[in-house]
Amino acid sequence: MSMKTSDVIFKQRIKEQMQDGFMRKSVANAQERMFTNRQLAADKLGNWDEWRENGMEIRNHVLDNLDYYLHQLSENVQKTGGHVFFAETSQQATDYIENIIKEKDAKKIVKSKSMVTEEIGLNEVIQRNNCEVIETDLGEYILQVDDCDPPSHIVVPALHKNREQIRGVFEDKIGYAGSSDPEEMTRFVREHIRHDFLEADIGITGCNFAVAESGSISLVTNEGNARLATSLPKVHIAVMGMERIVPTFEELDIMVSLLCRSAVGLPLTGYVTAITGPRESNDMDGAEEFHLVILDNGRSDILASEFKSILRCIRCAACVNTCPAYRHIGGQSYGSIYSGPIGAVLSPLLGGYDDFQDLPYACSLCQACNDVCPVKIPLSDLLLKHREKMVIKKITPLAERLTVSAFNYLNSSPKLWNMSMKIGGKVAPKVIKDGKLPINVGAIADWTEARDLPQPDGDSFRSWFANRDADTPVSGTAAVTGIVEAKVKANKSEK
Amino acid sequence: MMKVNFFVTCLCDVVKSNVAKKTVLLLEQLGCEVLFPKEQGCCGQPSLNSGYIESSKPAMKSLIRAFEGNEYPIVTPAGSCAAAVKKYPEYLADEPEWAARAQAVSDRLFELTQFIVNELNIENVGAKLPGRGVYHPSCSLIRKLGVREEPLKLLGNVEGLELVAIKNQETCCGFGGTFSIKMSEISGEMVKEKATNITAVTPDYLIGADVSCLMNIAGRLSREGKTVKVLHIVDVLMSNIVDSLTVEVN
Repeated sequence: MSMKTSDVIFKQRIKEQMQDGFMRKSVANAQERMFTNRQLAADKLGNWDEWRENGMEIRNHVLDNLDYYLHQLSENVQKTGGHVFFAETSQQATDYIENIIKEKDAKKIVKSKSMVTEEIGLNEVIQRNNCEVIETDLGEYILQVDDCDPPSHIVVPALHKNREQIRGVFEDKIGYAGSSDPEEMTRFVREHIRHDFLEADIGITGCNFAVAESGSISLVTNEGNARLATSLPKVHIAVMGMERIVPTFEELDIMVSLLCRSAVGLPLTGYVTAITGPRESNDMDGAEEFHLVILDNGRSDILASEFKSILRCIRCAACVNTCPAYRHIGGQSYGSIYSGPIGAVLSPLLGGYDDFQDLPYACSLCQACNDVCPVKIPLSDLLLKHREKMVIKKITPLAERLTVSAFNYLNSSPKLWNMSMKIGGKVAPKVIKDGKLPINVGAIADWTEARDLPQPDGDSFRSWFANRDADTPVSGTAAVTGIVEAKVKANKSEK
Repeated sequence: MMKVNFFVTCLCDVVKSNVAKKTVLLLEQLGCEVLFPKEQGCCGQPSLNSGYIESSKPAMKSLIRAFEGNEYPIVTPAGSCAAAVKKYPEYLADEPEWAARAQAVSDRLFELTQFIVNELNIENVGAKLPGRGVYHPSCSLIRKLGVREEPLKLLGNVEGLELVAIKNQETCCGFGGTFSIKMSEISGEMVKEKATNITAVTPDYLIGADVSCLMNIAGRLSREGKTVKVLHIVDVLMSNIVDSLTVEVN
């Protein structure tokens, strides 16, 4: 799987997804739970807006000095005996990892959850080298055994499945015979994959934040699988997006505080791990060999564009958990491993408009995402920016371009607009009857699929206003003026 | 007497003209002289929110010009249109002179409840409306304009009106302008959920301060045959004041 997860056209995809009642219920429940917990955790911490402001400044500072911190990080990883590879493209990243697999003659790899390894389609590359790869994050594991079902959420990848469905997957694929109790299923998987950790030649992880001052990588997890994956196999490969750096542990503290609360509504997750280089002679455990793959894959282009702020993202999914569009269509509708508002901004940037041109429109511009983002990314503004880009590139539909041109022509001429409004005011009440128009095509048909048209009030306002001096005052107005004035005065004097 | 300009917005001009008329009457009741610069057009959201920024510029400039005839405040009963105009300076950033003119207009522009509460310093207009109402805080008011308390203050002082909370109150109703057409499937599901959450508390009224959201929710309630009356906040504030004009939005 690479970033793109579906070849079906967008409208067809959402139609299919929206018919999945199980998925929609799972998503709605999970969204509400995560949204509430996030809010509680933020309120409990206090001064949440200042924390966000801090988070934003740290991320901006790193992005403004990314060359410096990348250099510092690389130097420090190498000082501790680790290897650093900077991959401009996903191909370069997978080639590098493929070479390690070949060199070590690796037969088995355990992975902890990593979006960036999915972005580069790493699992296929591993498998074509006759090497087995096991996703050890429970959510990722469920999807992997379910014939590589695409993820529907960047933090909780199997969010679209309820516990019964998961039980069914385990029964069919790995011989599970227990109940749908989450703890029982988790225990089963733990036992089922324990030998994989012990046998694996290589452990592959992502990286939540790399700490430039020490050359460490940090992993924020809840299951402890990342610790096993980085300490049992002889080789550890960490893959990170080039922007995921913090200068020192002090900033890491702030970012992790924001991340855990925003992602799962907790002050901390079960495990926050920092790994610095390969094991040293006096270390009890750890990989003997450490590789850090730093991926560009279009990020430096984003850095130089008006979409730069999206690189502040710390992948917490708070935006996903608050998005009303995501709520109804679910993550797989996006056709990208990155879903929700962050996915709708990021996917076209990393994967191009050809595959992802519909995503920026799957948004009502309600801005709920902007308000919850822990690093204050103006997601909704960036989606609008995408629409603007597509207009400039002339890839919007011709009919839309013509309609908008006609609208802008009328609207830029006060005379024509005045006339249109007056005519509209006369015609609308005559043609709209009981919430319907006699013709039901195009935009009208789209609107009336779920709702009726409004019943117009009658003549346009501007016609009324122009004639009102000539008319007698609206009945009742004069009579109550005195009452209103008296009440208003009373209200003012109370203040 | 305070002079104000009225920015009608196209939906209030053509479709929901009673909202516009009542806004003018209310402002007059509250001691304002209302001027209507008739050169004004639409805020341009259908074009701007679809990304056609460049081709929207002549219309944006035309709207700016329309309100430059005086220095009085500009008042509108539609939050999303106010929010759109407040983004003009950003859209026109490449033309500093126009950006400055846009900023000057934007600074004088107020959403109706914002104007009544913060500029006129009135929180009780003397309205009376017995019954249970749900207030829909539209995205443009709470998230774009930061108008959260003002409508609630005004509604809180309406005699006989009890405000009832609903589940996911601040979630978007799914209108989103062209979104409701372009992504009508998603928009439709959003408004269905909103209508379900509203009818769950069996209110007499649904009240909002943005005609477009109300039109969307009303359209769904009407489709479901629900009897909830959909009212613009100005309908509520003018209740028992101008009985002859109390016509619900849908």
